[in-house]
Amino acid sequence: MAEDKFDYEKLGLKMGLEIHQQLDSQTKLFCRCPNSLTDKDPEITLYRRLRPTQSELGEIDRAAYEESQRNLQFLYQAYTHHTCLVEADEEPPHPLNMEAVDISIILASLMNMKVVDEFHTMRKQVIDGSNTSGFQRTGILATDGYVETEYGNVTIETLGLEEDAARRIGEEDGMVVFRLDRLGIPLAEITTSPDMHNPLQVQQVAYQLGQILRSTKVKRGLGTIRQDLNISIKEGARVEIKGVQDLDLMPTMVENEVERQLNLIDISRILQDRDASVETTIHDITDLLKDTESKVIQSIIQSPTNEVKPTAVLAIKLRGFKGLIGREIQPGKRLGTEFSEHGKKMGVNGLFHTDELPAYGVTQQEVDTINEKLDITGNDAFILVAGEEQKAYNALQEVIKRAQQAIIGVPEQTRKALDNGNTEYLRPLPTASRMYVETDIPTVIIDKQHVVEIAANLPELPYIKQERIQKQYNLSEDLASQLVHRNQADLFEEIKEQLPNMDSVKIASDIVYTIKDLKRDNYDTSKLTTSLLVEIFKLVEDDIIPAAETEVVIKDACNDITPMESVKRNNLKKLDENVIKEAIDEIINENIEMIQQRKMGAMSPLMGKAMAKFQGKADGQMVSNLIKDAIMKNMN
Amino acid sequence: MVYERHLKEFLDASNITVGDIIRLEKEDISYTGMLLEKPDYSNENTIIIKMDSGYNVGVDINGAKVEKIEEHNKPHIELDPVDRQLSDEKDNVTILSTGGTVASVIDYKTGAVHPAFTADDLLRATPELVDYANINAKAIFNILSENMTPQLWMQTAEEVYNEINDGADGVVIAHGTDTMHYTASALSFMLDTPVPVVITGAQRSSDRPSSDAFMNLTSSIVASKSDIAEVLICMHSTEDDTYCSLNRGNRARKMHTSRRDTFKSINMDPIAYVENNDVKINDPQVKYNKRGELPLMLNNNLADKVALVKMYPGVTDELINMYVDKGYDGIVLEGTGLGHCPDNMFNAITRAKDENIPVVITSQCLYGRTNLNVYSSGRRLLQENVIPVGDMIPETAYTKLLWAAGQSDNIDEIRSIMQTNLKGEMDKTLSQQYFIKQ
Repeated sequence: MAEDKFDYEKLGLKMGLEIHQQLDSQTKLFCRCPNSLTDKDPEITLYRRLRPTQSELGEIDRAAYEESQRNLQFLYQAYTHHTCLVEADEEPPHPLNMEAVDISIILASLMNMKVVDEFHTMRKQVIDGSNTSGFQRTGILATDGYVETEYGNVTIETLGLEEDAARRIGEEDGMVVFRLDRLGIPLAEITTSPDMHNPLQVQQVAYQLGQILRSTKVKRGLGTIRQDLNISIKEGARVEIKGVQDLDLMPTMVENEVERQLNLIDISRILQDRDASVETTIHDITDLLKDTESKVIQSIIQSPTNEVKPTAVLAIKLRGFKGLIGREIQPGKRLGTEFSEHGKKMGVNGLFHTDELPAYGVTQQEVDTINEKLDITGNDAFILVAGEEQKAYNALQEVIKRAQQAIIGVPEQTRKALDNGNTEYLRPLPTASRMYVETDIPTVIIDKQHVVEIAANLPELPYIKQERIQKQYNLSEDLASQLVHRNQADLFEEIKEQLPNMDSVKIASDIVYTIKDLKRDNYDTSKLTTSLLVEIFKLVEDDIIPAAETEVVIKDACNDITPMESVKRNNLKKLDENVIKEAIDEIINENIEMIQQRKMGAMSPLMGKAMAKFQGKADGQMVSNLIKDAIMKNMN
Repeated sequence: MVYERHLKEFLDASNITVGDIIRLEKEDISYTGMLLEKPDYSNENTIIIKMDSGYNVGVDINGAKVEKIEEHNKPHIELDPVDRQLSDEKDNVTILSTGGTVASVIDYKTGAVHPAFTADDLLRATPELVDYANINAKAIFNILSENMTPQLWMQTAEEVYNEINDGADGVVIAHGTDTMHYTASALSFMLDTPVPVVITGAQRSSDRPSSDAFMNLTSSIVASKSDIAEVLICMHSTEDDTYCSLNRGNRARKMHTSRRDTFKSINMDPIAYVENNDVKINDPQVKYNKRGELPLMLNNNLADKVALVKMYPGVTDELINMYVDKGYDGIVLEGTGLGHCPDNMFNAITRAKDENIPVVITSQCLYGRTNLNVYSSGRRLLQENVIPVGDMIPETAYTKLLWAAGQSDNIDEIRSIMQTNLKGEMDKTLSQQYFIKQ
């Protein structure tokens, strides 16, 4: 690993992790719909709007408020059988899914946490449309645990149990489209304390937590786990980076964010020195640009929808900002990019600022007239936005707010992780006031005895399990690892328990490879119950079929053909030893000359003849021994 | 609920009251946060703390030590005052609030949704309403609609009358949805109104971002300015937040326990729809009272007691005998099919006739009309002077009989009132269109 670009210790770098993991319970958290996604075409469509409301503390959450300013409308895709009235916000939620609670108690125990006495479901306001109700149902199940790392213990602050949000499908006619299949899938939310100081430690904790999660009933695969990174430096502010997929990218992401915060701090110092300020007046400069060469602006001013939704070019004045809006704060991203990201949230396409003009068809002459109109002198700068008048106005309101924050320093934000290790503005950090109690769901009193029982029967962590089964059953590292990662180690051990003398490697490789191949070829491998597999392997153990023939029987089992029937149909039964002996005697007699000529050299061709005759229904080793004996006997 | 007994002692010992920031220490764990009031469903040993993160947890005080960190900061709801922006250009609309989901707020005392808003609070929480009209908001009750009574209907009618008399161009009544159609139906008989009287509510409480209250309310204000001078129920037409139906108040019924589009007109279609702040008449051939057509009149005499009795296999005549014994002013039967009762009811029905108690028969099918001429049991009911009321739904028959028996003691007059269409509550013809569309 390369040297860190910054002295993180000196900068007071602090990081925390937040992990969301889908649990693999039978049904959803607050209704009894299937806990799965669907690719079927939607059968029902709902059109809805949301608006922020007061919490029980009487404050409107700032993140929720900002979302409402966007005045978004939502389309929800629903199903007759895959989703129900609960996801559609047309029926009160059902009681909490206790299977999900139990899985969470296992997780809590594995992380040395203290389970709460009473679980209270809360409503967390989220009005970006991802929840039909306008809030996410969530609660704290356990607090104050830890996981061990080589950098010392890391505190696990809370374990929450909450519902997943609806799945964003896209946009249609200016409306965001969501599918309700994911809404209500149980999620465990694990939050570490923000006291990690080294990106490698964060990586290690993420790995550890991944191991813990995978030892329980959680969903696997793309999109079933989401990781967020909290990060701050001493003079900066807390920023939450959502959706960090690649753990290896984490050090780069940390570096870029630290760089961003340092640059923003530097910019704020310069702005303060210049006594900078942001004028809140929004100027209409449409007239100044009505004959502009800029195609972008022209196409907006001349928009055919102008009659219904009037368009305009609006501008604001930023005193003392000149040269700083164009300054790079993250690789390839400028302060202006951040302003623009805030504006885009209000539905405009982007903005132009002093530091990049003249350009994009806007001439120096036009810049001069704008400067004159806004009384721009010295270090002053302007920002202009073209678009639907209302949207452009809202966008500039947001830019004004962001620019004012730039004077103060680093704003607290939720940002989205990008693939290149950069981040992009999402929304302000939510405040505690977005939480209020979910009155439709009764409090769940956690039975302490039940917690003790669960804690006494905790699952093995995956890496421990892998080491153990590798050793105990004499498996290769690959087989042991595949069994664990495919979540089939338990199945393997159950079969072994019933057939202790059966070859472990045979069982393991059939589970890991044969069944996987069948599944890939669209065989319904869900029909392969443990008892069915035991029955099949017993055929080998009892010497009824050769080991190599299990694949045929397993394949048939996927098509509801019983093992015995399969053996009969495919004529798999091993030949009786006497039949084999007789057949070999016959071969020996037919080839007696060759034996006498070639002595042991006849072994190979005779073996070939014999095996061709038995067509796999005789054990190779036995045939080989019998032929060998016969050659010895007949050599002279 | 407040903390009682040992919980109170536990908190009192450290001089702690609701709203204080406290730290609770147990053997292996501690919690810090604001002490909340106790929901009634919580365990008897548990106190509720709101942590900094906003989450509530319940903590069992067994083996716990408590310490006060910060004094009382009792949370309370406070809204910015709203400038009502009165103007001669705008219509005057009165909002009367009776409680229910359209005007409710989280009550963290009990942890339940409670009808705690006054009409003024409602207006303040929905400031955009002032764009639509000069809003005069007034809370007349604060009850859940299952607690409505005929006495309260009489009072409501009087309030509406006074508002119209004082110059309201329209009246909107915020009402719980459970019995909204009873109130609407009763008002339709007690009032001759020259302006729209629009009843509305919500299936998702107004404390939620997804509440249907806002669209229902704004649509009701729009409806109250229209020329449909009737008692109307204005609620979502579909599951979408796109438009509302204006149902005739004495023809609508709550048909789903929880959906937004729970109210459906029975035996007719909605008179109009409200979409994008515009009232669209559904079928120009359906007549309705126009603004200013009827002079304002209040007649809110209701009888004391009328019963609504469902007929079902196994029903016994004890029910009807009891109402006769108790001196009820009338009985509405929800008959089976075309309007039938089992044979074992006839003695009691004859008794009611002898005691001069009107017995009205409707159908529990809801859709379609009664017809007592098709089967012998129907003809026998006619012989007992039972009053069939055609396509009137049972709830409307009930409110109308309360009103009719409040107008007269004469059974023939009551029969005549019941069988005369007064406010569009019945019709001589039924269209194929007016049935559940599946």
